[in-house]
Amino acid sequence: MAEIHLKDIAHAYVPGEYALKSMDHIWQDGSAYALLGPSGCGKTTLLNIISGLLKPSEGQVLFDGKDVTGADTAHRNIAQVFQFPVIYDTMTVRENLAFPLKNRGMAPADINGRVEEVAGLLEISDRLDSRATGLTADAKQIISLGRGLVRTDVNAILFDEPLTVIDPHLKWQIRSKLKDLHRQFSHTMVYVTHDQTEALTFADKVVVMNAGEVLQVGTPEDLFERPAHTFVGYFIGSPGMNFLDVELDGSRAVLGDQSIDLKQAPAKKSGVQLGIRPEFLDFADQGISCQVTSLEDLGRHRIASVSISGQSAKVIVPSGKPVPSENAMLSFDPDHTLLYTDGYLEESLR
Amino acid sequence: MSKLRLTPVLYIVFLMVPIYWLLTMSLKTNAEILGGFSLWPKDPTLANFRTILTDASWYSGYINSTIYVVLNTIISITVALPAAYAFSRYRFLGDKHLFFWLLSNRMAPPAVFVLPFFQLYSSIGLFDTHIAVALAHCLFNVPLAVWILEGFMSGVPKEIDETAQIDGYSFPAFFTRIFMPLIASGIGVAAFFCFMFSWVELLIARTLTSVDAKPIAAVMTRTVSASGLDWGVLAAAGVLTIVPGAIVIWFVRNHIAKGFALGRV
Amino acid sequence: MQRTKNQKAWFLVLPVFLLVAFSAIIPLMTVVNYSVQDSFGNNEFFWVGSEWFVEVLNSDRLHDAFGRQLMFSGIILAIEIPLGIWIALKMPKKGWAVSVCLVLMALPLLIPWNVVGTIWQIFAREDIGLLGHTLAALGVDYNYTQDTLSAWITVIVMDVWHWTSLVVLLCYAGLSSIPDAYYQAAKIDGASKWAVFRHIQLPKMKRVLTIAVLLRFMDSFMIYTEPFVVTGGGPGNATTFLSIDLVKMAIGQFDVGPAAAFSIVYFLVVLLVSWVFYTVVTASDAEDQS
Repeated sequence: MAEIHLKDIAHAYVPGEYALKSMDHIWQDGSAYALLGPSGCGKTTLLNIISGLLKPSEGQVLFDGKDVTGADTAHRNIAQVFQFPVIYDTMTVRENLAFPLKNRGMAPADINGRVEEVAGLLEISDRLDSRATGLTADAKQIISLGRGLVRTDVNAILFDEPLTVIDPHLKWQIRSKLKDLHRQFSHTMVYVTHDQTEALTFADKVVVMNAGEVLQVGTPEDLFERPAHTFVGYFIGSPGMNFLDVELDGSRAVLGDQSIDLKQAPAKKSGVQLGIRPEFLDFADQGISCQVTSLEDLGRHRIASVSISGQSAKVIVPSGKPVPSENAMLSFDPDHTLLYTDGYLEESLR
Repeated sequence: MSKLRLTPVLYIVFLMVPIYWLLTMSLKTNAEILGGFSLWPKDPTLANFRTILTDASWYSGYINSTIYVVLNTIISITVALPAAYAFSRYRFLGDKHLFFWLLSNRMAPPAVFVLPFFQLYSSIGLFDTHIAVALAHCLFNVPLAVWILEGFMSGVPKEIDETAQIDGYSFPAFFTRIFMPLIASGIGVAAFFCFMFSWVELLIARTLTSVDAKPIAAVMTRTVSASGLDWGVLAAAGVLTIVPGAIVIWFVRNHIAKGFALGRV
Repeated sequence: MQRTKNQKAWFLVLPVFLLVAFSAIIPLMTVVNYSVQDSFGNNEFFWVGSEWFVEVLNSDRLHDAFGRQLMFSGIILAIEIPLGIWIALKMPKKGWAVSVCLVLMALPLLIPWNVVGTIWQIFAREDIGLLGHTLAALGVDYNYTQDTLSAWITVIVMDVWHWTSLVVLLCYAGLSSIPDAYYQAAKIDGASKWAVFRHIQLPKMKRVLTIAVLLRFMDSFMIYTEPFVVTGGGPGNATTFLSIDLVKMAIGQFDVGPAAAFSIVYFLVVLLVSWVFYTVVTASDAEDQS
């Protein structure tokens, strides 16, 4: 297990076109990280840099302070599970699980014990001696996971969207199993996904990426309460955060002919957006006037689409609470009303 | 290429040296070939090629070969397409036996069929015609085409057929407008194989022809014995038989990597 | 794929069936017909039963040709299959080099077989051929028209030259269908190069290799034109393989009856070996699936 330091890392597949923009992050030993972002944002590139399948064009990778940038995968002592199952067709399930240990010269008795243990955890003890080729995609992926988990001495275990091929009901089960395993062995784990639920339920810390850039590293609460970038606010949460273009007038945000009082006055005056999550908007007797344009009932709650001085926003309305059809007023929770300049959270609010 | 790969390079050199030798000989005069040993032509001449391209008994051989090869490729693919579709989509009485029987014809030594073919095509008056050779080559090309196409078609999900049916396509319209474009690379590969095996085959082609449809390969063997070994012309004729193959390969080069896997790997 | 039962599918197969039946069944019937009859010319035939079969099966001529054929096919398979795999593994993976390699390698496959023979006949001649001349200059005792060993080596090297590319292309196709993740996973599992070959590349090439072995076995077992052009079956009968012998018998000597019996035995041998090989391979496949 190790602390992973990505020191001024950047990567370009084609010179000049950065798939991964310069970044500097330290990932703590023994934490579970989720790497979250839309397809093509550079998640897998970053993962492959950590595992050593890819050498970054700039910067260094340090494991516990030791430079491993030039070291190949085998010498980094990393386990990785891929998006689609990789199994060795010629081997039994047991041999598949034992393979990484055998290659590292572990004693056969120890291998067997370890394989049995992991098989027990993944509940595949009963099919250890069957051929691996005939299994379903789910079962194969569980074996792939097993090959990642079987090694005890790894610096980190990396998961590259490992549950893509798994049935939804099994997904949840496996994810909680991974979480258990993490608690038990406290490996450093990095889990790549584009599914926010998966990321938020699995990880201690979520790393949100977009367009080759790490936008925020934080706990699920941080991401919800204090998104560091409009993209984070928009990407996390359902529906995503509302952003309204505003003018600043001292400590007031001006929206057409209305204004909202802010707790703090930011330095910059233009290119400013006000961000607030739909959860923190509420219909009230007074506040900012708006028109309700549509209402969607999701059972547990309803989502109202509103127009505030020509800009649209969403409001989450608890079930049972009436939605005014005329002269609607919205109250903004001042603790959760945030300001963004050029997409980034206002410094004083961080 | 960042580093030179020794093995493929050596292998290609091994492949090219004999072809290079044929090429240099085709550019030499007969006197130079027999007169002494030289690694390249001292006095390159196109006379040998001129002989072939101006003499009808030579160049008609190329035309004949091309005609029956193209005919065979068209016939083979045309009949193999519906059959391959049937094998990839339906179960029917005797399907497995039929499939194996078809393939077994690919295993029949052409030498076995030489005499019967001669008699069969003579008796129905097709001896020494292009169509006779084209039909005879179907013996091994049709099974091969069915086999290759079946592999590609099995890779196309059945839902496509059903969707097209729901969308109101008739079967022929579905087959030609939707299905065939989907397996285009398969058709390309099958046609490549049909072309290849028909172009390179000599035994049957020679047996079934005498004058009007005589293939270039047969023209070559006979000229050798008649004219007392004109090596230069023979080499030039050989070089010209390589050209059509090279052109065909050039067209399918981007399909080779995927296509040779025959669609089912 | 789940296939539905539909007897009308026969209509789709019918053209193929008729065409192949015309090209295969009628000639085959002719062969069978000849194999059980004798003729004194004048189109008069009479029934001889299994006489020709007995004669052919007991003839030393067939045994010898069969032995040579087995040895030839065995040797070229033993060379071409490993060599083809080796070259396919060493091929460049992307870029223009791939196209160049594939096109150049495929070239020998599209040369008419008698031209292949002609190329090697010229290439190996001592007086005008590069190979023969070079060997003679080096003092190697080599003459493919006189010496049995030289003839065999020439015919085998020619077949390797002609057909190894087919194995390379098939294996290359099999290899390029392996997703990158397999290689990455193997790296992470610390697998050696040999383990990658044994547990990833070889299993993924299994299907194309089956095809390669089958095609190479069948075609080498039926080889006629190339050795005929180069050696004419000689020196003596040293390179007279089954097809050369058969054509000699049927057309050269016009021994139609024995030739027909020979044909049928020949065909059945190819069929049997191919069937056994295919069954063994598919049976081990089925085992993998269960």
